[in-house]
Amino acid sequence: MKLRTKDLKFYYGTFEALHGITIDIPANKITAFIGPSGCGKSTFLRTMNRMNEAMRNTRVEGEIQLDNENLLSMDVTDVRRRVGMVFQKSNPFPKSIYDNVSYGLRVNGIKKKSVIDTAVERSLGRAALWSEVKDKLHKPALALSGGQQQRLCIARALAVEPEVLLLDEPCSALDPIATLKIEELLFSIKDITTIVIVTHNMQQAARIADSTGFFLLGNLIEFNDTKTIFSNPSSKETEDYVTGRFG
Amino acid sequence: MMTEISRKRRITNAVMLTISGVCTILVIGVLFFILGYLLWHGARSLNMNFFTKLPKPSGETGGGMANAIVGSAKVLLIATFIGVPIGFLAGVYLAEYSGKTFAFAVRYTVDLLNGVPSIVMGIVAYALVVQPMKHFSALAGGVALGIMMIPIAVRTTEEFLRAVPNSMREGAMALGATKAKTIFTVVIPAAISGLLSGMMLNLARVAGETAPLLFTALGNMFWSRGWLEPIATLPVMIYNYALAPEEDLHQQAWAAGFVLLALVFVINVTARMIIMRGPASARR
Repeated sequence: MKLRTKDLKFYYGTFEALHGITIDIPANKITAFIGPSGCGKSTFLRTMNRMNEAMRNTRVEGEIQLDNENLLSMDVTDVRRRVGMVFQKSNPFPKSIYDNVSYGLRVNGIKKKSVIDTAVERSLGRAALWSEVKDKLHKPALALSGGQQQRLCIARALAVEPEVLLLDEPCSALDPIATLKIEELLFSIKDITTIVIVTHNMQQAARIADSTGFFLLGNLIEFNDTKTIFSNPSSKETEDYVTGRFG
Repeated sequence: MMTEISRKRRITNAVMLTISGVCTILVIGVLFFILGYLLWHGARSLNMNFFTKLPKPSGETGGGMANAIVGSAKVLLIATFIGVPIGFLAGVYLAEYSGKTFAFAVRYTVDLLNGVPSIVMGIVAYALVVQPMKHFSALAGGVALGIMMIPIAVRTTEEFLRAVPNSMREGAMALGATKAKTIFTVVIPAAISGLLSGMMLNLARVAGETAPLLFTALGNMFWSRGWLEPIATLPVMIYNYALAPEEDLHQQAWAAGFVLLALVFVINVTARMIIMRGPASARR
């Protein structure tokens, strides 16, 4: 097990947004979280790299463990290097493509140009972007198309070689072909990292996820093999959601 | 009855349009009138001597304001070294670190500071610098103008940093950057064109301030050495020469006014060009 949480609660001020989530995320697999808007899946995702701490007046209770180490007591920048994140809307920096991908490395103290060059090429290759940008690494990242920008963000996250990659609805702003490229990409990097993806798109979860968790109103209702969740769910709420009775 | 109402509406519309149009033309007209007047009188008196020679007494030809041009530059340099770092870092704190109530209090205080009359700033600099040193100096003038630069530096820095979308900060922090690193390697570079142009406009504004310099930098008919002597500046020279009875000194004042205006104009245009090029690199 790569990441596990035990009775994790999360509060925005006095509002309890997550009611005691207990889950084991398997290593080197794709785990998907599905559920209706506002169910807490994104909030839960963001507790796993402690991004919620950037907001005022929030509180976490319970345990999170990364490889049996207590995530909540680790140095937060160390956590974020080991647990990377790709956001819903791509957010490349207004810098060159090269500077974007190398940012994580330089911020974590790596200065040698040869090391950075290799890492940039490797990450862009894994993100299926290298052939498209190898001749314009020093052009601005914002000149890329939406799908390319999101793949750039994935390359940027992969450059620091995270043990877990969290993706928060990474394809929701992209067209089907760009979405497909990213799904193929995720398949291909399973061996080097553990992937957790939040998605609104049930078909996407069914396509790529090994395990799926269904969230509703701050609770984890069911967590199982994707096949089981979609064909033979144990709880009625799950069944109602995946068959489209509500969404 | 409908045509009666619509006729009244059309007349009202036409009248208001005319009035606002005329007012606009009036405003632009005033600006062009000043520019034209200054250009006409100033450009005539402008020659090589103006930029290279020291002032000569009335009646003698070949004098200039070289010392005032250099003097203004020196005083503005000191002002920049005082106003920009303090204002910028305070702006960074307000935009990135402070809580709501503290930020509100600081902003309010800064706005009050901005409203202090420039001559009062001069008095403060006189008390802080001239009196202890027992003489006038470029430093005192720089301090007065520097303090005047602080409020605008704080406000523009805060505004341009806040305009950087939060998604960018999140992106950097998700890669393991600390808050400070995020601010200095991502947020500030993203806002740099706005910050630079804001500072330049700030400088252009204080470049023409005269009152605070009257009893801090004072003036000098000769070259000033270093930073601790009284020094000539363009606005004060204009003030002195314009009040003199001699016509040839008036010509010099016109020329100085023209040069000052040209300087402010150049700074303004450069600032606008910087800010237009900035976000442009973010466009597809």
